[in-house]
Amino acid sequence: MQKVIEKAGKAFLTGNEAAAWAALAAGAEIMFGYPITPQNEIMHYWTRLAPKYGRGFLQTEDEISAGFTVCGAVQAGKKAFTATAGPGNTLMQEPFSMAEAMRLPLVAIIQQRGGPSSGTVIYSQQEVTLTTFGGNGEGHRIVYSTASHQEIYDYVIKAFNTAWKYRFPTFVLGDGYQAKMREPLVMYDPEEKGMEMVKPYPLVGLEGKIGEGREPQHLCNIYSMEEELYEVVMKFAAEYEAIAPEVVEYEEKNCDDAEILILAHGVVSRAADDAVKALRAQGIKAGYFRPITLRPFPGRQLREVIAKSGAKKMLIAESAYGQFDRLVKQEIYGETIPIYNLFMPGVGIIDYDIVNKVKSIL
Amino acid sequence: MVLPATPKSWYLPTKPHKFCPGCGHGIVLKALGEAIDELGIQDKTVFGCDIGCSLLSWNFFACDSIQTHHGRTTPVMVGIKRARPELITIGYMGDGGGYSIGSQHLLNAAVRNEKITVILVNNTNYGMTGGQMAPTTLPGQKTETTPYGRDPEITGYPTKGPEFVAALTSDGAYVARGTVSKYKQLKRFIKNALQNQIEGNGFSFVEALSTCPTNWRTNAQQTWSFLEDEMEKYFPVGEFKSPLGKGEK
Ligand SMILES: Cc1ncc(C[n+]2csc(CCOP(=O)(O)OP(=O)(O)O)c2C)c(N)n1
Ligand code: SF4
Repeated sequence: MQKVIEKAGKAFLTGNEAAAWAALAAGAEIMFGYPITPQNEIMHYWTRLAPKYGRGFLQTEDEISAGFTVCGAVQAGKKAFTATAGPGNTLMQEPFSMAEAMRLPLVAIIQQRGGPSSGTVIYSQQEVTLTTFGGNGEGHRIVYSTASHQEIYDYVIKAFNTAWKYRFPTFVLGDGYQAKMREPLVMYDPEEKGMEMVKPYPLVGLEGKIGEGREPQHLCNIYSMEEELYEVVMKFAAEYEAIAPEVVEYEEKNCDDAEILILAHGVVSRAADDAVKALRAQGIKAGYFRPITLRPFPGRQLREVIAKSGAKKMLIAESAYGQFDRLVKQEIYGETIPIYNLFMPGVGIIDYDIVNKVKSIL
Repeated sequence: MVLPATPKSWYLPTKPHKFCPGCGHGIVLKALGEAIDELGIQDKTVFGCDIGCSLLSWNFFACDSIQTHHGRTTPVMVGIKRARPELITIGYMGDGGGYSIGSQHLLNAAVRNEKITVILVNNTNYGMTGGQMAPTTLPGQKTETTPYGRDPEITGYPTKGPEFVAALTSDGAYVARGTVSKYKQLKRFIKNALQNQIEGNGFSFVEALSTCPTNWRTNAQQTWSFLEDEMEKYFPVGEFKSPLGKGEK
């Protein structure tokens, strides 16, 4: 496969453009997509670039089809992906759930927009519940919540490896701000950097003659007996829990002596980081904790931070009405630290909002 | 200053409308407004619009109006009609909404001969999302997702909506394709489609060939020539099916 990035270098791009380059650099062979703001430019850049590197694209008739074509392509052994947002993410829950049920290494980039329904085309963090636990399944998915263009680039590349290594559908959860803003980042070839890219392999269309040397493949996601399904789901759950410690990622700053912990994810964690600096400059001992993986969630690490800091209060800030908050609470069940909220559904949060909120609760 | 007469069924506080200059949506909606006026159905009409540039018409008429989801206008209108058959329901959508994401609804509503009226604007692209390929994009036409021109080998040939709706519907259906370049004819087709619903004959469908200078990146002359020379050649204008008398081809 033709090298996409010859030499690592700085670039100044939108997040959507960074995502398209990252998918190319990761060796994605085909994208399936349906237009929706604020994801469109991932497709626009991909359709311009892909033919130059011998990669494919199909604009499907809707998101249901985009998701299922990705399911088919990965079963055929190709690194395939899609990108969507908002109501498109809703429609993709059906194929995402097939990917969960059949352990398909589907990769999807989600650029969250306002909801419910058509909402806004701009920004939100309101697709957390849908992306982590959507569909009629158990949330056996891996979800990276990015905060910068560098992370979009890094985690889109990583998502392909994670998906193909562990075979759980893998999501890069961005948002409209990250999609449309321009920001500097370094683009690189992952293998030049020493990253080993996991090789894709097919589940159907295998080498060899059936009956001589290979058996026919019969893949299914429906079972006749309750017990059969039970076995499957329990096996997935055990495997998911076993790999979780390797997959979990988080970031923590200034937590050791914090009297108040600020929790945020995605782009809001940048505001939280700035707020911590501002609060510390004013003599308020604030610390910040940010899960990078929302699934699996760094629950143990968060409990440790609560314990070691001895913080008296915790503030959860998000551009949604409590979706992240619910995720955190279910993960730290039993902790007694008082939790406060800053819920701003569908609008941006800046350091100022967090600083004010912290002062109002201290 | 004498302003051109506006249909009585237009909702004046939302005028001037918000479509781009040179957009065909306004012309289609004017024809629809005049047809509603002439048939005297303003008070019992429910207008439903899709997500797409058609959504800019959510408060366009002084009629009860509902904005739905992208592609889902047809089933919402079917629901209203099934619940209240005395109402006149009009689904208004783009070619992406109708032929792509909502195609299963269009197909099944046509097969069931649902007694609703669907007006679909064909501007050969996805207007609202910034000009991607639509099912109606012409071979060779450049869009944001066919930057090197639409290749029928990869994406097939443009959808011919009225032709497929005509093939699927049974007796009583009304199917036509008009164009914003022939206003009187377009208005007649739309009026027929509403009359057909009033008579309770069957599914009524009008595709309107329309302009999108913003995404075509065309000036006035190029816009009109793309419509009349390219689109109207590919998509024949006329009535495909009419229980109201003889169809005009
Ligand atoms: C489920 C879903 N997918 C995608 C979108 C994004 N979207 C909004 S409008 C639109 C296309 C509009 O094109 P068309 O239907 O042709 O109407 P036009 O704007 O050209 O009038 C799309 C894809 C959406 N709102 N919902
Ligand atoms: S983008 Fe195109 S279809 Fe939409 S309002 Fe403008 S000209 Fe009309």
